[in-house]
Amino acid sequence: MALPEVKQTATEARLATLTMPDAGCTRAAREDALARVLEMGLPGRRDEYWKYTRPDTLISPEAPRAALFNSDEPLLFGNLDRLKIVFIDGVFSAEDSDDLELEGVSIDRIEDICCKDIHWAKELYGVLEARGQSPVQRPLAALNTAFAADGVAIHVTGKPSKPISLIYRHASETSDAMLHHIIRVESGAEVTILENGPAASRFNKCMEIDIADGGILHHVRAQGRDHERRAATHMFTRLGQESVYKSFTLTVNGILTRNEQVVELTGDDAVAHVAGACVGDGDFHHDDTVFVTHDAVNCESRQVFKKVLRNGATGVFQGKILVKEGAQKTDGYQISQSLLLDDDSQFLAKPELEIYADDVACSHGSTSGAIDETALFYLRSRGVPVKDATNMLTLAFLAEAVDEIEDAALAEAIVNRLEGWLSRHI
Amino acid sequence: MAALDQTQVKEGVDQETVDAVREVGTYKYGWDTDIEMEYAPKGVNPDIVRLISEKNEEPEWMTEWRLAAFERWTQIEEPNWAMVHYPKIDFQDQYYYARPKSMEEKPKSLDEVDPKLLATYEKLGIPLKEQMILAGVEGAEDMPAEGRKVAVDAVFDSVSVGTTFQDELAKHGVIFCSISEAIREHPELVKKYLGSVVPVSDNFYATLNSAVFSDGSFVYIPPGVRCPMELSTYFRINAENTGQFERTLIIADKGSYVSYLEGCTAPRRDTAQLHAAVVEIIIEEDAEVKYSTVQNWFPGDEEGKGGIYNFVTKRADCRGDRSKVMWTQVETGSAVTWKYPSCILRGDESQGEFYSIAITNNYQQADTGTKMVHLGKNTKSRIVSKGISAGKAQNTYRGLVSMHPKAKDSRNYTQCDSLLIGDKCGAHTVPYIEVRNNSSRVEHEATTSKVDDDQLFYCRQRGMDEEEAVALVVNGFCKDVLQALPMEFAMEAQQLVAISLEGSVG
Repeated sequence: MALPEVKQTATEARLATLTMPDAGCTRAAREDALARVLEMGLPGRRDEYWKYTRPDTLISPEAPRAALFNSDEPLLFGNLDRLKIVFIDGVFSAEDSDDLELEGVSIDRIEDICCKDIHWAKELYGVLEARGQSPVQRPLAALNTAFAADGVAIHVTGKPSKPISLIYRHASETSDAMLHHIIRVESGAEVTILENGPAASRFNKCMEIDIADGGILHHVRAQGRDHERRAATHMFTRLGQESVYKSFTLTVNGILTRNEQVVELTGDDAVAHVAGACVGDGDFHHDDTVFVTHDAVNCESRQVFKKVLRNGATGVFQGKILVKEGAQKTDGYQISQSLLLDDDSQFLAKPELEIYADDVACSHGSTSGAIDETALFYLRSRGVPVKDATNMLTLAFLAEAVDEIEDAALAEAIVNRLEGWLSRHI
Repeated sequence: MAALDQTQVKEGVDQETVDAVREVGTYKYGWDTDIEMEYAPKGVNPDIVRLISEKNEEPEWMTEWRLAAFERWTQIEEPNWAMVHYPKIDFQDQYYYARPKSMEEKPKSLDEVDPKLLATYEKLGIPLKEQMILAGVEGAEDMPAEGRKVAVDAVFDSVSVGTTFQDELAKHGVIFCSISEAIREHPELVKKYLGSVVPVSDNFYATLNSAVFSDGSFVYIPPGVRCPMELSTYFRINAENTGQFERTLIIADKGSYVSYLEGCTAPRRDTAQLHAAVVEIIIEEDAEVKYSTVQNWFPGDEEGKGGIYNFVTKRADCRGDRSKVMWTQVETGSAVTWKYPSCILRGDESQGEFYSIAITNNYQQADTGTKMVHLGKNTKSRIVSKGISAGKAQNTYRGLVSMHPKAKDSRNYTQCDSLLIGDKCGAHTVPYIEVRNNSSRVEHEATTSKVDDDQLFYCRQRGMDEEEAVALVVNGFCKDVLQALPMEFAMEAQQLVAISLEGSVG
């Protein structure tokens, strides 16, 4: 079917600014992805899936300018032992990164695998993204598969001794970065992946994660604090039997963030937890779009999303649990909550369930409101100043999402970040 | 129901029981009335619109209003966002106007009324006393009423057959008549309110309805009047290949109260039929309207053949401060349901409530829910929705709760629960929640589960068979909504719940 004219024009204008990398073994996948983009067109304002977030600046030919951000705060995860992989404006920096050698894991740059004819990542590149295009289209992810020039392929075969940390730095005010990462966790392997930093003025990231039977992946990411950046990220995760995926995302400011997570439970007894905490002030727009598909028996999924908003900030949550026919004994849970600290902020949610199996327990909840006056009064009556009391209650509100992080040190680092934000903004 | 026909009568079970079971297992209202009808030509075009207007003896302004709606309709596309699938409807391949020949002139006495019409309503279970009035017999109002009085407007295909208790209601200043009569007798009210809640160009089906609606009910409750009896409309589709497009307009003036009931049935046919209604309710300061529906259109057979496509737009506008509306619906019929009774809470401290049970079995599909649009301060809304899916049916709750920036200190509570019976059906929840101020609180909860094995075991242990046990558990699941129904409907609804699920267990 022909695309509407507006969409066609916007898509063509964007594609005109991009060139497909010399792609080697990923060539076919990239060309397929480009065909998908041409068929779907880039997201437009009238698309139902973009009802609450305007995609204009994410698809414009040029990235809007974003001032660089300097903070005197200590670096996140700075004191943790980790393997650092650094990207500056979306380009791998060997100079700033550690040696990519670690027992139990092999790491290659996408650029390197592109010039090889045989590589394990070839079987995965663009595959999960393509699966994730149905029933909802995600054209920005297909665009990424077609054009991303950099990124890493991480193959986990054992239990590496330290987390692998992807660090994104923003150096140019007009940078427009695209990164595509592939992670494969083999049977019985376990790894922790960290991601943090502002990346670029405009950042389009796609991550494909394949967890084999019994594999475990912990994923903690923090999106950059610089206020003017824009980001659209996609994470596609496929889980095998008895595998575990636990993900947490912290978003602090950012003029526009759209995080899409697509989780597919394909093996029996798999567990997927997806959580997020975001705090926004002013012209902040944050969108969590999550799609969990249960396609096996006795799987568990949890979505926990908390948003604190003030000064006209906007929080969006679109979450869906799809239980396919035959996915009996499914335990699906979803909660999205917002704390509106003033009257100008808004919370827009669309928590969906689509269920085709009868022996399931699925529930979702969504609430929105101001700080509980009674709780505030209680704290104040015990001599806690109003500012501290508000901070305490706000942190308590966010705790349910932060609690999804299993590692105490990582959780503490996240809580410190949140405390820092609260002390500056409330 | 072939299985039932072959059932051997066991020892100790009399034939009466078997017949009773057989009867509840099928759609009770699936028969048709063989009556001479008068049709407008098939299809829809400006001439048909003019013809309908002419048949209703409408003034010029009304005809123009309809034609403008038709013009608009040709420009909009059929919506496809609902989770329902059905073959494309050929809007030119059906009748838009059908009325019994005998209704050409309003009958003055019982003798003049077509006995087939009388028999139809008798068979539908409307008490004789009412039925006489339904048939438009003058003088029947004086007969002693048994129990509580309910005034009825009966719509048969495209026309209103009769409206009861009009004189008694008139004593209180209440106007209750068919909409065609209202257009003739009370043009000032109709002009002021028609299309003010559901605008002509609101959506595809509402626009079509605005162009071709043939009849429906009109209610006006004057300031400070508590309507002395419940009002109701009974819709019956009888003719084949005929769409029913009725329009209901209810105006509750300051400080008034009315409870309104709506029922509907249709014969069993192999081809699907279209029903696209519009209900508009205007509620002024301190007024309250209760609107209850038991929707029991023919749902199609066990193979999914036939049935009614029920595409309805219902909306209440709480214009005045402290006004209140309550929608209660029990949706058991229709092959496809597309219906979202909504509340616009414009007045400060106005309240909207929505209680719904939607039951789908066999190949039925329902996409239903509500919209609560909070505009005024201190407004409150409550949504309780229970969806039950059995057989190969699909049941979707779709709703919107919107708190506008000026709707300070407002409150919403939403609960939507789904129950699945069998592993071939689906239950879905699609809520939209938009909160644009922080003094309002919005809470949404939804669960999906199956009939609890422990509860079933408990009931069976006490000697109930499986179907009875399921019906009991389901009735418990629906309790919150059943309790919100007026007495007349509560009993009927409870039975309907059980009947709709017949054959879904095992």
